[in-house]
Amino acid sequence: MTPRLTEIWVYLAASPLLGLTLTLLAYQGAHWLYERSGMNPLANPVAIAVAIIVALLTLTGTPYATYFDGAQFVHFLLGPATVALAVPLYAQLPRLKRIFGPALIALAVGSLTAIVSAIAVGWALGASRPTLMSLAPKSVTTPIAMGIAEKIGGLPSLTAVLVVTTGIIGAVIAQWLFRLLRVKDEAVQGFAIGVAAHGIGTARAFQISETTGAFAALAMGLNGLATALLLPILISLIVVA
Amino acid sequence: MLGALTLLLLYQLAGEVIVQFLTLPIPGPVVGMALLFLTLVIRGGVRDDLRGTANKLLQHLSLLFVPAGAGVMVHFARLGDEWLAIVVALVASTAITLAVTGLLLCRLLRKHESQP
Repeated sequence: MTPRLTEIWVYLAASPLLGLTLTLLAYQGAHWLYERSGMNPLANPVAIAVAIIVALLTLTGTPYATYFDGAQFVHFLLGPATVALAVPLYAQLPRLKRIFGPALIALAVGSLTAIVSAIAVGWALGASRPTLMSLAPKSVTTPIAMGIAEKIGGLPSLTAVLVVTTGIIGAVIAQWLFRLLRVKDEAVQGFAIGVAAHGIGTARAFQISETTGAFAALAMGLNGLATALLLPILISLIVVA
Repeated sequence: MLGALTLLLLYQLAGEVIVQFLTLPIPGPVVGMALLFLTLVIRGGVRDDLRGTANKLLQHLSLLFVPAGAGVMVHFARLGDEWLAIVVALVASTAITLAVTGLLLCRLLRKHESQP
């Protein structure tokens, strides 16, 4: 670069403008690709946007902390967005009332299964403690999972990556697994997807049918709440034992 | 829009204050979500303003994960060492959770509906 350009780069790299603009551009580019692929779950927009940003930061030698100075304005909105989940959850209230008992049992068992199986498999294969604590909340939506990871000694940013990966895995295997197990009820399929694979799974569920999507959204919200309540208690029990 | 956004922030703030005050092991925004849900159940409806703002915010929910997701670059060393355990744990746990939740709810609903 010429000295003048270098000066401009140094000036811009120090301001939050670049990180913020990069985030929005990378996401919109990734979303365009996702739509072009016919909403293929493998072309997940979060994964693509992250890949673009990491590649650019690595190429320009920009530290993550510098990027985050700008991107934190987007990151901050996760808090109010979590609160806003109450609105779609409330919209499911009539459905929720109808299947309340069975759904609550399936939720509690599913939520515990997600936590315990992730920790058990990771532990058996020799994962370290911070990694295990970051794996534990992997089935709930990112803002909740990151908050939980922070509370139990995981790494919130690693959790975010694991949550997104879980969502993509769930979206890809769900249909195939339900055919194998002969789970045909659309409401049941949706509920299981929401418990196991949160928002990314829910987006996939809406492509199967409206009912599947609605129950996935319901289960995603409930599992966020259930995991936030269960996991810290479960971890304190494991630590004491 | 502005009013609804302020309302969401106020509920988040209330959640954070409750969590700090009672030293709860739950994230503040989750308590905020539970409080807002209870409020909606008690009021028996959602104001259009709030519904619109919530939908707009949640429509681009994926975008909000991107800054945290880019944090993966800080963890490349850890992922390099533990990638096998992480990948197997994620795939196995997701499949097991889908199967257990799906099969259990199927069975429970059948029993539930066969009762008078």
